[in-house]
Amino acid sequence: MTISAGGGYLEVRNLSKCFRTGGGRFGSGRNTVRAVNDVSFTIPKGTSLGLVGESGCGKSTVARALLRLIEPDSGSVMFDGTDVRAAKGSALRALRRRMQIVFQDPYSSLNPRRTIRQALEEPLRVHLRISSRQIRDKAEAAIAEVGLPKEALDRYPHEFSGGQRQRIGIARALVLDPELVIADEPVSALDVSVQAQILRLLEGLRERRGLSFLFVSHDLGVVRHFCDRLCVMYLGRIVEEGATADVLDRPLHPYSKLLRDSSPVPDPSVRRAMTRIVGEVPSPTSPPPGCAFHPRCGRAESLCSNEPPQLGPLKADHSCACHSPEYAR
Amino acid sequence: MNHMPKPALEIRNLQTEFRIGGSWYPAVRNLSLSLQQNETLAVVGESGSGKSVTALSILRLLPSAGARIGSGEVLFEGRNLATLSEREMSDIRGNSIAMIFQEPMTSLNPTMTVGQQIAEAIIIHRGGRQSEAMAEALRLLKEVKIGSPESRLHDYPHQFSGGMRQRVMIAMALACRPKILLADEPTTALDVTIQAQVLLQLDELKQAYGMSVLFITHNLGVVAQIADRVAVMYAGEIVELASVEALFANPMHPYTAALLRAMPRADRASDSLEPIPGGVPAVTAIPSGCAYAPRCSFRQRSCDELRPDLLASGDPGHLVRCSQRLAGGMRG
Repeated sequence: MTISAGGGYLEVRNLSKCFRTGGGRFGSGRNTVRAVNDVSFTIPKGTSLGLVGESGCGKSTVARALLRLIEPDSGSVMFDGTDVRAAKGSALRALRRRMQIVFQDPYSSLNPRRTIRQALEEPLRVHLRISSRQIRDKAEAAIAEVGLPKEALDRYPHEFSGGQRQRIGIARALVLDPELVIADEPVSALDVSVQAQILRLLEGLRERRGLSFLFVSHDLGVVRHFCDRLCVMYLGRIVEEGATADVLDRPLHPYSKLLRDSSPVPDPSVRRAMTRIVGEVPSPTSPPPGCAFHPRCGRAESLCSNEPPQLGPLKADHSCACHSPEYAR
Repeated sequence: MNHMPKPALEIRNLQTEFRIGGSWYPAVRNLSLSLQQNETLAVVGESGSGKSVTALSILRLLPSAGARIGSGEVLFEGRNLATLSEREMSDIRGNSIAMIFQEPMTSLNPTMTVGQQIAEAIIIHRGGRQSEAMAEALRLLKEVKIGSPESRLHDYPHQFSGGMRQRVMIAMALACRPKILLADEPTTALDVTIQAQVLLQLDELKQAYGMSVLFITHNLGVVAQIADRVAVMYAGEIVELASVEALFANPMHPYTAALLRAMPRADRASDSLEPIPGGVPAVTAIPSGCAYAPRCSFRQRSCDELRPDLLASGDPGHLVRCSQRLAGGMRG
């Protein structure tokens, strides 16, 4: 009944977004931040793509730009052949029904003065012309699907724990039977035991409903568990793209390797002789010339500080933007 | 007990309580823990387990209205911190016991340069002249590896990145050469590459200064990276205490084992992620028997009736609070 047939194919080409900062009365000079720079990827129907990187790399901006919660500057976003960027009015509304977002902190995205029922029924009233009876049934089905009792519908957001609120956030995204779910750090605010509950729930939904996912996260363990493919972002660009296990077990880009080696694993016997990590992520207002990662990179050559590397396939189905990749054979 | 050297800090039967709706409820229940000289002891647990409240109780930083240390002792250098006067306590805070927090921006004064803030701590506890204190502040910034420290000394906190702010906090904590550092989720707000840098640095500084570190975290991966010993907390009490090797190789409490199975790992494919059903109980509704029993897959009827003690298992340094486990009634 709830399975939506067919759709869920997302294709993103050369997406870019700049923000202008400063220039206020007290501010320093105007700056331009290239938050998202020439980003391309596809999400086939029913698969999940992970977008990983550190704060400020532009991963959340990508997520929002796909839904036009932030208007991108250039590039194309095609959803099942429909141009998302050109869509207006009822066509845009129809697209938004099919592409839903789950945020990191559901508390700040739920209105504290409205019951869960009101929060779940509102999108149904906006998007669908169905009877009150059907609306009530759909809200009840959605809350049951995320594992909460029907009584939860008549309560307020503050009455729930973090994990329960995230279930509500997911139910809110599900009521419209979307085909693509964009999940922006959906489990980052949760404790480990609850995080596993939510990941299980999302997995079940993916299987039952055949949902496509864009999964934004900074946690490599979580994306390894959930995502088929992975894009690693650094300062607005994708630096590596491939199957999740390939990217994490045999990273090609030195930054992907650094990210992996810095992620602590629960095993003291592999206590990593923590490699000397030099420097921090540079300011996005003045990214270094050439490859943005070269000031922190142990493999940097003179070429790296002049020529920005292009993202291209180095192995079958595994792309990397680096002049001197790891394990390059 | 073994012939251990005198611990740097010893907590005995600590009970910290909060007043909720007119009655007092314990958030830390009968907690005993020794921090040895020069060791890193990790306290790990989920939100609401009482790990931060334990650290705040040591330094008596809990609000006097609504929170109290109901009973117990915190022994440090022959004195019981729980009964010292407020004046004696301020002599110890930031001096021989220092603390760093999760979010450095909320602990730094935005209207003072970082140099002034570090120097202030030195002058309050050690006296001396402003110029000497500033010179020491400069040395500390170098010590925590802040680039171009001479000019950064005169910068304000907002001019630093998150990782750099945490280094400033560490520099400030080190200012009076503390014997004990309480680190409450110091890397949780940082990106992983910066977290790795800060953890490495904390470890080096611990050696250099001969400090003991009580490291509070929710992240078992971080625990595996830095701890010598680990205390796992649940609902206000320690449920397992062991060396870091023993804890990860042979987790004995069902909660510890379940936590490890619920954590997705970056370094290997994890097909089976097993969530722990339910949630942490509220302080107002702690079960009377074993607090973990309602979520435990090895639960027996006796678990609901009797609160188990934290007792040595076969391995003398490995303590566990589970009557099923100690009776040998549970395998795997």
